[in-house]
Parts: sequence; C-alpha cells; structure tokens
Amino acid sequence: MIEYFVPGASTYAGDIDFLFDMITIIVGFWFVMVLAVMTYFMVRFRRKEGVRAAYISGDPHSQKKWTHYPHYSVIALDVVIIVFTVMVWVDVKQTLPQAEDKIRVVGQQWSWFFIHSGPDGKLGTEDDISNVNDLHVKKDTVYHFELESRDVLHNFSVPAFRLRQDTIPGRTITGWFEPNKTGVYDIQCAEICGYGHGIMGATIVVHEDQQSYDAAMESIRNRTYESDYQKRLQKMTVSTASNSESFTDKLLSSF
Amino acid sequence: MGQTTVTHDSHAAHGHDHHEQGFIMKYFFSTDHKIIGLQYMFTGMFMAIVGGYFAYAFRMQLAFPGMEVPLYGTVGPGEYNMLITNHGSIMIFWVAMPVLIAAFGNILIPLMIGCDDMVFPRLNRLSYQIFLLSVVVLFMSFFVQGGGFGGAWTSYPPLSAVAEYNLTDWGASLWLIAVALEFVAFLIGGINFVTTSMNARAPGMRMTDIPMVVWMIVLASIMFMASVGPLIAGSIMLLMDQRIGTTFFVPSGGGDPILWQHLFWFFGHPEVYVVLLPALGIVAEIMTTFARKKLFGYKTILYTTFATGGLAFVVWAHHQFIAGIDPRMANIFLVTTLLISIPIAEILFSYIATLYGGSIEFRTPMLWALGFLITFLLGGVTGIYLGSSALDIYFHDSYFVVAHFHYTFFPIAIIGMFAGLYFWYPKMFGRMMDETLGKIHFWGTIIPFNGIFLPLFLVGMAGQHRRIYNFQHFPDLATADLQGIRVFATVSMVTMLLFQFVFAYNFFVSMFKGEKAPANPWKSNTLEWTVPSPPPHGNFAELPTVYRGPYEYSVPGNKEDYWPQNMPDRN
Amino acid sequence: MSMQGPLATSRSATGIPTGRLAVWWLLASEIFIFGGLIACYILYRLNNPWWGGEAVFTKVPAGAFNTFVLLTSSLFIVLAHDAAEKKDFDRAFKFIWYTIGGGLVFLLVKYYEYSSKLFTDDPELLKTPLTNTYWSFYYTATGLHALHVIGGMVIMALISFDLRKGFNPHRVELIGLYWHFVDIVWIFLFPLLYIAK
Repeated sequence: MIEYFVPGASTYAGDIDFLFDMITIIVGFWFVMVLAVMTYFMVRFRRKEGVRAAYISGDPHSQKKWTHYPHYSVIALDVVIIVFTVMVWVDVKQTLPQAEDKIRVVGQQWSWFFIHSGPDGKLGTEDDISNVNDLHVKKDTVYHFELESRDVLHNFSVPAFRLRQDTIPGRTITGWFEPNKTGVYDIQCAEICGYGHGIMGATIVVHEDQQSYDAAMESIRNRTYESDYQKRLQKMTVSTASNSESFTDKLLSSF
Repeated sequence: MGQTTVTHDSHAAHGHDHHEQGFIMKYFFSTDHKIIGLQYMFTGMFMAIVGGYFAYAFRMQLAFPGMEVPLYGTVGPGEYNMLITNHGSIMIFWVAMPVLIAAFGNILIPLMIGCDDMVFPRLNRLSYQIFLLSVVVLFMSFFVQGGGFGGAWTSYPPLSAVAEYNLTDWGASLWLIAVALEFVAFLIGGINFVTTSMNARAPGMRMTDIPMVVWMIVLASIMFMASVGPLIAGSIMLLMDQRIGTTFFVPSGGGDPILWQHLFWFFGHPEVYVVLLPALGIVAEIMTTFARKKLFGYKTILYTTFATGGLAFVVWAHHQFIAGIDPRMANIFLVTTLLISIPIAEILFSYIATLYGGSIEFRTPMLWALGFLITFLLGGVTGIYLGSSALDIYFHDSYFVVAHFHYTFFPIAIIGMFAGLYFWYPKMFGRMMDETLGKIHFWGTIIPFNGIFLPLFLVGMAGQHRRIYNFQHFPDLATADLQGIRVFATVSMVTMLLFQFVFAYNFFVSMFKGEKAPANPWKSNTLEWTVPSPPPHGNFAELPTVYRGPYEYSVPGNKEDYWPQNMPDRN
Repeated sequence: MSMQGPLATSRSATGIPTGRLAVWWLLASEIFIFGGLIACYILYRLNNPWWGGEAVFTKVPAGAFNTFVLLTSSLFIVLAHDAAEKKDFDRAFKFIWYTIGGGLVFLLVKYYEYSSKLFTDDPELLKTPLTNTYWSFYYTATGLHALHVIGGMVIMALISFDLRKGFNPHRVELIGLYWHFVDIVWIFLFPLLYIAK
C-alpha cells in the first residue's frame, strides 16, 4: 500500500512494503473485530425499561477465558510480526552485502554534501567527485554509504528507497542500498536540526546505466552540471500559485 | 488488613484549627486538596488553550504556507520549530499531567478513600507552587532574545546543547529549567498520592476495594518517580553543557549525544503510560457507573497494569531504532515493544467485557469514555507498525508517528480530561452541566479529531517527514493531493477548536445557572458521591467505614442497582 | 508547630507511619537520580580508560577522611534518634548538632579539595568542570552530593529547634534515614571517582 504513494526504488523497498501490508491485515482484522464486538455490546445492552444489568465479576475462569483467548491470539500474531520483522531488519541494517560502489554522505546545517567514489570505486582518493544537493547512483548496483555529520544530528532519508538513518557527529555510520528503479527522488533530513531543517532537502538521481552516470559525473567535474535539485525546485515554484492569492481563494482551490 | 488505631479518628472530621480565611488565603494559598486540585485543573486547561493555539498557528502555516495566520502572524522556519516544540511539551507536561494526575488525583483521592485531606497538605500546596513557577519560567522562555526553544520536546543534543546550533540560547535553558521544575513538582505531588492512598484509607477499605482510578494514579506516580530520576540527572548535565560549556553530550569534547537519547526515552516511554493510566482509571469509573456493572476482572486489570508498568521500562529504545544504536540491540527492543501490546490488550478487552450484560446509558461522560476506547484502540494498533523495527526504518520521524501518537495522546489528555470533567463536574461545582451541549461538544470534537489525524497516516505513508515548516521545498511532497490532505486536516482542526467554545460556554455558565446537583446524580458507588456537591472543607461530617468494593452494581437481591461502599446494609 | 494536620496524616492502613513512607519515596526518587548520574559515569568511564589517569589527581586521603566523617555523623544521628525515642530531647538535640558538625567538616574538606583544583596557578593541577568530561562528572556528582549534605544540615537544624520544645520527635528518625542515604551515595562516589584508577 505504501507503493501507491511512493514507488519503491530499492531492492528492500518491497520487503518493507510487505511488512506494512502484513501488519495491516493482522491489526486491521483485530481492530475491526474489536470494534464490531464493542458496537454489538453497546447496542444490545443499552438501557431498557425494567431490564437490570447482570452481575459479572470477571474473576472465575469461565468468565475470564473470554478475555484470555483473544489475548493468546494477540501473542501468536505478535510472534509472527516479530519473525518477519527480524528477517527484514537483519537484511537491511545488520548485514552488508559486498559493495559494488561507495558514497559518502555528509549532513550539516543545512544541506547535504555527497562524495562519489569516482572511477576507482574507492572513497578518499584523488578521483572522488564531490557535490552539494545532488547524489548520483546507478541502478542495480550495491552501494555502501558512509554517513557523517558536521555539527548536529541529521537523518539521511530517501523515501523511495524506504531508507532512513540518523547521522551522528563524530561517527561514521555505514549502511547499504541497491537502487532498482531509474528516476529522480527526494532526499530529506528526517531529524530536526535547527532553523533550516525544513529546507534541508536534496535529490537522488538513479541512472539507468553506466553511460548516463558517467555523463553526469563528467559534467560535475567540468562544472557544467545543472543541479537536478535546483531544477526540480524551480519547476515547482513556477507552477504553484503566487502568494498574492487571497486566503479564501487558497482554501477553496485546494478542494 | 490491619489498621493502626489512632485515637483522634473518632472525633469529628476537623482535627485542625478553624478560622475564617480571607479570599486570597482560601483560594490562592489553600492547603485543601480540592482547591489545589482545581488550581491544577484550571492551569492545565489554560495551558491546553495555549498548546492548542500553537497547533492552530503551525497547522495554518502548513495548509497555507507563507501566508499570515489570522490571529497570529507569519510563521517562519524558526517560529515553526518553536511552536511544535512547545506544543508538544505543553500538552504532555502542562496539560496531560496536571489535569489527569494532579487535578483529578488531588480532588478525588481523599474523597474516594474516605479521609479529610491529603496526608501532607502543605507539601501539596508547595507542589502546585513549584508547578506554577514552571509555567512562568516556560513563558519567560518565549520572550528572551532568540525566542523560545525550537529543538523539539525531545531536545536532542548537540542541537540542544550548543547555542550556536540552536540559535535560542536562553530559550533552550529556560525551557529545560521549566521542565525540570515540573518534574520536581510532580515528584513532590507523588508523595501525597502514594502515601495517602496507601495509608489514609477508611477502615474496612482493603486494597481490592480501592477504586481503579486511585490505583491508576498511584501506579502512575510510582512509574513517574522511577523513570524521571535518570532524566533529571541528564537535564543537569545538559544544562551544564548549555550554560558552562561542559561536553557531556557534545562529541567535539568527547561526549555522546546518544546517551541523552537513552536517558530521555528511559523516561519518555514510561511517561506515556504515566499519563495513560489515570485516563484508564477515569474511564473505568465512568463505564461502571453508566453500564451499571461491576468492572470485569478488577484483579486481572490491576495485575496486568502492574505488568504494563514494569514492561514499560524495557521498551524505550524503540524510539532509537535508527538512531545509530547497535542494530542487534534493536531486536531486543522489538520483542519487548510488541510484547507490551499484550497486557494493554488484556486491559482493553476487560473494559469492553464490562459492557457485556450491562444496562448502558449514553450520557455525555459515557460517550467520552467509549470514545476514548475506540480512538485509543486505533492509536494502539498503529503503534504495532512503529514497533516493527524494520518498518520503522521508513516511518521514523514521519507523520505516521505523529498520527499514531495523537491517536493515543488525544484520548489520554483531551478525551480523558473531558470524560472526567463531565463526570465529576456536579461534585466539584455543585451544578449539572447541560446534557445537550455536552453531546454537541462530544461529536464536534471526536469527528473533526479523526478528520485531522486519519489523513495524516496517509501522508506519513507518502514519506512526509516531521517538523517541517513548508513542504513546498520537497517536490515529491508538494503534490496537490498531499497539499489537499494538509488543508483538510487544518480545516478539521479549526472546526474542532470552534466546538470547544460550546464546552467553554457550558462549563462556565453551568457553574452559575446549571441545575443544582444532588450528592449522587449518577447513582454511583464510590465514596465521593456520599458527600454534598461540592464537598465541604474536611469532606466528611463523619468519616466513613467501608464494607465492600467500589463496583457493586446490579447486585442480585438488592432493591437498587447500586450499593455505596459505606452503606452497612443492603440497598 | 502548633497546627494539627488533617486526620489523614495520622492514619496508617499499611502499618507504616506516613512520614516514613514519604521519606522512603523521597529516597527512592533520589536513588534514581543519583543512580542515573552514576550509571552514566560508569558507562563513560568504561569507554574512556584514560580517565584513570585523571582520577589520580583526586585527593584520596581527603576523600577517605570524609568517608569516615560521614559514617561517624551517621552514628551520631542514630544516637540522636535513640535519645529522642527515650524522650531525652536535650541529648537528642546535642547529637543532632554533632551530626550537623560532621556535615560541616565534610564541606570544609570538600572546599579544600575543590579550591586546590580550581584556584591553582599550576596548569598541570588546574582541574575545572571544563577540563574534560571526567572532571565534569566529578564536579557534578560531588557537587550535587554536597548540595544534598547542605540541605540535610538545614533540615536537621530546623528539626532540632522543634525537638527542644518537645515537638515532632518522630522526625529525627526521618532525617536520620535521609542522612544515611546521603552517606551511602558518598560511599558509592568515593571508590568510583577517587579510588578506581
């Protein structure tokens, strides 16, 4: 169901979406059941002239069992959720598959700075390509990312990948993703970091193939690159209505 | 259960000096638990208006970004952060806790257990005075240079520790001092709730004869006391970082920001149960009264509440799944977090079972109590999504979290508050509230409430992250559909706020024009309903003896369908 | 104090006097506060073995002497309690003031320790709360403890004045409980801050 709102663009996006759907079915079932029982009780046992309530303590087992049995099935379903969750969690956060490329992501008040590894595939070498606001990656490539922060806590968030990870100053945090869908997606900072937290966005460009990626890297290197991030923002400000619209106009035009 | 005999118990109820008190002494410096309770109540209700006003301002900014908010002004990025930080802090520390614990606790406990006041009345007064001081300090924080603190109610360092990062130098420290003072006020208040409930019970009142709301407030006080200590230590450390430049939480000096998170959430998670328990207690009193039925499984509910209270202390790091903690640790907290759904489910099932076989009257307090159950149920099940560590990777710091915690906090703080107010209003003020206006207020609150927060689950699913003053900076979030949802949520909110005027009118006008209330308008069993409405100073003309539990409704063989705890014979 | 409290104060359904219940509640909350602080210190210390080198600069003899002083003052408050139970209020008054005296000696030694680290010209010996996080903890923990010592002394003085007039002798036991707690916190702080190297 998350897919309906945000298409998944990484290999583990599907797993996380599956967890959402599974939990929805489990808790949805429970929620509807409990609501139905409650509604039934409210209707059936509403006050009627001359009818007295029953005297039920809920202490003997014959009565208690009615809350115990649903309670046991809640336990069972919790175990199911735990098992599936652990499987996905271990895959995403505890294991690091073999890296095919690396990037370093640096958060600071209030922008994102990216270091691509360059042709040698290693970070910290001469051919690294740094860039502000735009991160370029290739489809079907396993990336390791190294997250850093220059000042306060930030959070590297890529909804399309279903990825969020806090960055901590003084530490480098490692993780991985493998994009599997070409496109241009939002990067967010998902940990409040001060005055500019609300403008600390960036863009991730997933390239279809090596050529497209190389072209982008080349244009960054020779400074002819036009930021995808800026382009997207500009497109938006042009199309949204100006601020001179009246209050009621804005209200009515949203519906 | 042994009762230490005390010689002056058999005297008339006033064991202390009586002199005519002036207005100021009587209402502002009172040591009477009922007055102190009302002081907390009115302060909490005032703060709810302030917190609601802040929410109005920031939701208007979200719906109509960049436009001047009527009755407020423009909301820029720094202002927005200040508003959300203080909205959250105010609602938890200055509304939920004072109203649910301190107001209802103070007003009800001595009455419900059959004594004349709290055990330490002057300490009680001191706790309110410190609480009031915390309110003053919080307001001061809004007017210093840089403005009020904007680092979220969680106040994570290094942002909160270093003025160069947060740009609200004294705002941050005053906020922290205000929170610390509030903690001290409630630690002191807790002394009274616990010692009074345990020691000052009327003769004959065994542990299992104590009304559930009293137990819940006692347990909440104990949980608060145990969880807040490490955070007080942490707050001292954070204050030192802010003001004298130590580096407890600042990495550049060898400090660890994650330590603060652990200290905060070790408190923060039990805190949500600290506020939940009293609300559950209020709902129990109302449901039994209006269904004319014994509470289903009193002992089960009590023991599962103990279990919940204990478990609450080992789930905290589910707030930190992706904070950079060791990922293996996350698995432990995943298990404990999902397990805690079990005792809570048991409690909710027991409450619903109380309706079975009942004779339910849908008066206003009962509507609120039932509304609590349904909304809290939705809040609880949506917590499962967030407790799943892998799913939390996506939902952390998103609007899904915001929607979840409002579906839990709103029933607790607001629905619980209104439920208690409508139920005990006759006792507190000696008048009945208008029933029709009460029902209008109920529907006018609960329906728009869902209009605000149900859609926010959807925007959370769309990846919308929290604490952002203007989503127009994020192309994937600036779509017309999502903006439409934001506007819908804001319009619902304004609608809900408008309906609160119905309550305000009803609340204040009924105090003077409402039908005079008898001692026991709802025909309820507990001891507060055996004294006049409102109760006199000293509460009981003759201190009661208790013969049975608090929920003996519809007992076969009785003429009436209720049986007050202090009545020696059948009813 | 001539005003009687409400009847609630004198009831005791649990069998434990309310005053004692209240003091235990206070102690429990303080245990969580100090416990939290000490737990943080221990975690930091384990991650920063070099702190052992900083701890060398604490004055162990002074700390040891202070431990002895607090233990002795705890003995005095016990004797005061014993005297109060036997209604020998003058003797109890005397022993309360010996306890306060012990607190005063403790604070003087503390002053000596702090001043040797804060008011020195020698850069090697200068240790302020900002020198490094070990010292931040040292001053925070011992400072918070010292504030509790001062608070205890003030309350003891007030109780002693009431006691001399024969009022509220049960409060000697209560402040004694608090004072023992203050003592125990020190018994944790001393090895953790001073001795562990």
